[in-house]
This record gives sequence, C-alpha cells and structure tokens, in this order.
Amino acid sequence: MTAVQEKPKAVAPSGPPPRRRGKRATALAGTDKLVLALMLGIPAVVHLLFVWVPTLGSIALSFSRWNGIGGLEDIEWIGVANYVEIFSEYPRFWPAVQHNLIWLLFLLVVPTTAGLLLAVLLDRELRFSRIYQSALYMPMVLSLALVGFIWQLIYTPDGGLLNSLLGLSADPVDWIGDSDINLYAVLVAAAWRHTGYIMLLYLAGLKSVDPALKEAAALDGASSAQTFFRVTFPVMKPVNIVVAVVTVIEALRAFDIVYVINKGRNGLELLSVLVTDNIIGEASRIGRGSAVAVILLTISLGVIIPYLYQVFSKENRT
Amino acid sequence: MTATLERPSVAVRKKRSVTPARVALHVFLVLTCLMTLTPLLWAVYASLRTYEDTSVNGYFSIAKSLTFENFAKAWEIGDLPHFYWNTFLITVPALILTLVLSSMVAFGVSRFSFKFNIALLMLFTAGNLLPQQVIVTPLWRLYRLIELPAWMSESESLIDSPLGVILIHIAFQMGFCTFVLSNYMKTIPYELTEAARVDGASVFRQYWQLTLPLCRPVLAALATLEFTWIYNDFLWALVLIQDGDKMPVTSALQNLKGTFFTDNNLIAAGSLLVALPTLVVFFVLQRQFVGGLTLGSTKG
Repeated sequence: MTAVQEKPKAVAPSGPPPRRRGKRATALAGTDKLVLALMLGIPAVVHLLFVWVPTLGSIALSFSRWNGIGGLEDIEWIGVANYVEIFSEYPRFWPAVQHNLIWLLFLLVVPTTAGLLLAVLLDRELRFSRIYQSALYMPMVLSLALVGFIWQLIYTPDGGLLNSLLGLSADPVDWIGDSDINLYAVLVAAAWRHTGYIMLLYLAGLKSVDPALKEAAALDGASSAQTFFRVTFPVMKPVNIVVAVVTVIEALRAFDIVYVINKGRNGLELLSVLVTDNIIGEASRIGRGSAVAVILLTISLGVIIPYLYQVFSKENRT
Repeated sequence: MTATLERPSVAVRKKRSVTPARVALHVFLVLTCLMTLTPLLWAVYASLRTYEDTSVNGYFSIAKSLTFENFAKAWEIGDLPHFYWNTFLITVPALILTLVLSSMVAFGVSRFSFKFNIALLMLFTAGNLLPQQVIVTPLWRLYRLIELPAWMSESESLIDSPLGVILIHIAFQMGFCTFVLSNYMKTIPYELTEAARVDGASVFRQYWQLTLPLCRPVLAALATLEFTWIYNDFLWALVLIQDGDKMPVTSALQNLKGTFFTDNNLIAAGSLLVALPTLVVFFVLQRQFVGGLTLGSTKG
C-alpha cells in the first residue's frame, strides 16, 4: 500500500528537462527534483523495507504454519487457526496478557504520579535544583537489561540489600524466584528508570505553561492546589498525551529486563517474550509467534493512531 | 504534600527567607535522590569488595578493604574490550547514517510541499512507535534471505552480521529523528531558503550548507540520545546476531552472567563497566540529552 505510493514520486523527476529557466523562482530544476527525490526516497525505502514490510510480514505469517527454517514454499496457510489456538489453548498467553496489563497499569500509576510530583516540586527557583534533576534522570541512561542486572543485586535472597534492610536475612524472601511477587519486584526496577523520563516530560510541560494563567487564577483567589488541578494540569494536555503514549508503548515493549532475569518464565511471561521465543527460544512456531505479534500491533496502533491524529491535525491547521 | 509545599514558593521569591516548608522540600528531595541513587551506589559498593570479604561477612556489612580488582577481573574474564569494539562498530555508523538520512527527510518534508508530505512524516513517526516484536520475526527471516558478498559480511547474509543490526537501527531510529528535526526545521524562516533558491543555490546546497548548520544544537541533542539508545539496544542484536562473539556489549551481558558465575561482586563490576560509556555521556552531555527528549515531546 504505502510502497505503491512511493513509486510515482521517484519516477516523476526524470520528466521535465533539466536546466529549464523556470518562470517562477520557486519552480525546481530537474536535477534539484532528482536530488530531492533521492533525499526522500532512499530513507523512505530503508524505512519501508525494514520496518513496514516486516510488519506486513507478521500479519501474513500469523495465518500460517511454518518452522521458519525451511524455504518459503514450506509455509502452510491455515487461516485463523493460530488465533483460535492462542485464545483457547496456549497456556502462556493469558498470563502474558495479564502481566502486560499489570505492567501498563503500574507504569501509568506509579512513575507518572511520582514523576509529576517531582516535576511540580522542581519547577521553581530552587537551590541545587540541577543536582536533584541529574540524580533523578540518571537511571534513564541505563539500558533495561542493565537495570535488571543491577537490581538483582538488591533482590537476591543471599545477601541482597532488600532482605538485609527488612531484616529478613534469616528467612529470606526470594523476590525474583517467587512467581507471586517477582512481577512487582521487576516493575519497581522498571519504574525506577521510567520516573525520570516522566519527570523530564512534565518539567518541560510545566515550563511551557503561560505564567499569566497561574497569576490570573491566583488573583481570582484559587489556592495552589486548585490552580494546579484546574488550570495547569488541563493546559498540559499535549504533555499528558505524550506521557500516555510513551507509557503504553513502553509497557508493550517490555522485554529486556525480564529476559535478563529469567528469560521471561515463572511469573514473568510477557507478550514480547512469547514472540521472541519462536526465534531464539525453544518454541519455533513462527505462525503462532506472529499472531501474538499482530495482537501487539493491534494494541499499539490503538494508541499510535490517535497520537498521530492529535499531532498532525494540529499541523494542518497552522 | 504538594499543596503545603507550593505556597511558600511565591513568598520566598520575594524575601528569600528560610521557611520550614522550604527545608521540608529540600529534605524530601535529598531523600528521594538518595533512594534513586541507591541501586547504583550499592552496585559500586559491591564491586569494590573482595569475594572473600563478602562471602564471609555478607554484602550488608562494612567492607574490610576496598579494591579495584573486580573491575580488572571482569574486564579480562568478560573479554570486555572485544565487546566494546563490537558495539563501536555498530553504534558509530548507525548513529551517523541515522542523522544524515533523517535530516534529509526532515529537510524535504519541512521545506517543500508535495502530495505525500504529511503521509510520509506520519509513516516515519508511526514506525518508530511500533514495539520491536511486531517486526522482529519476519525481519529475522528476511535477513537470512538477503545474501551478501563475503567482504560485506562474514556470514554472507544480513543475519549474524553487524551490518544487519546497523540497518535496523537506522530504519527504526529514523522515525524519531525525522520527527524532531522536521519540527525544528519548520521554525527556520522560509525566507532563508527562498533567498538562497533565488540566488541559484541547488537543493543539496540549501540542505547541506544552509539548513544543517542551523540545526547543530538539535543534531547534537539527537546524537547524544541516539548514542545511548543504540548502545543500550538489547533485542536487535540478541535476535539478529547468533554468534555470541559478535554481539555488542549490552546483549553480551546475557552471556557474561554465565561467565561470571555467581560472583555478585564481579557481576556488579561488569555491569558498571558496561554502564560506564552511557554514564559518561550523561554527565558530560546532560543538557543535550535532556534537550533531545524534550524536543521530542513538546513540538518546537
């Protein structure tokens, strides 16, 4: 679909003869058109070939049975059987959905509230503000894989910081091995990294709020809390949308940290793990993995499309 | 909490006195920062202690002696220089090409209007937001289909080759960079390129000599961000590179865990060594890092 749209643009520039003195100064010369077409065309082709073609590939493969190793002629088309199996029989699917949902809710509540609170506290003339911000941003530069490693030193039953602090050394809690609690232990680590990012987004948002609005509210006798919840927060709607999109995508992408900890088993199953297991794990059922990928795609498009609409409809108006 | 703390700020700006609320605010912030830093500090502490010390006294104890031995050991046993080099071979070309290609798209999209202007930009933006797992399976298969001459890739295909990882980084990261750069380029006055055009500057000159130099601050911010993101990538290399020896350092962590066995002091030291490049970038280029993320959210 999109690939077809690209074509005419790349062909068109060869049409007009080069070096024709344009009647208007804005008319592009032939070589310029060609250069422009290449400048747009090459990146577009790379992006389409490696991002959108595989996306369509996932959709196609989700209707097939294939081990992924044989040639393309080995693909057996089986309709929606993969989806039926996933929803009715696949034992790891529903736990994974549940874990992704918990992941999303946790990220939407904990780091968002903490990040917003910290942003509000720091959005003023304050000594050491830079130092505070640096400390709070720091986890952001670490990869989630590394976050998994570092937090294992805290959670490990023998000599981990958490058990020692809680005085549980004698009867240690296995924060990562116990499938009832390990998801939350991992979520705390993920939230640790996510909070700084949310804080950064809200700090930028707060700075962009017109101070006159707050002053007007104060003159009308509104308290700080009222000003914040009735004026500042609603005005930050664009930031709130970005935070929501970032958080949903982050929750759907979650993979590295659980994979590093236990390859996404024993209470840490996630949709992303179910997909990846078919390529690098024990399962090698490309069709079923692709169907899970399509489910991920559907959910993510649910936030991507409204986001694009919000961003680009504004663009058309200006 | 917020309500009580917020009010004094207005008063303080006027007379700058030390109010209890201000003190409370600082205490709260200091504690929060300390809590945030605890995991890293704990790792630093563990990495500086000897195995003998911690195996006898446990980790939650006062260190008998501090040593850098673990770092030297992790560096050697983990063969870290080799994996840093793998990362370097992927990160640098991916970073440069991402910035070059996305600035070209951003230039085209923001300076000229044609039919697919917005559609193209939307496609790039949407592509960047997809979860990687949506595309990873067909990509992995596609890579095995694409054959390459031996001088381009030892494996003679895109799979198991740094080139393949570079390509997907470029394709994927271009979305974010294009979005940010096009927003920035829209703020550059049209008259500027218009004047250059009237003077006979070619499209490429308008891009290379006029627009790009004006975008230097954004390019610096994006370079900082993209460096950390590409450096931190775990999934692409894990899936697309099968030979553990060719993996970049972040993905190699998985194997290092086996190499270091259960020696947590070594794991701590190894983790910190892997984190070091991004931490250095963060401390040196923090303004660019933060600026880049802010640019991506609030539209220029």
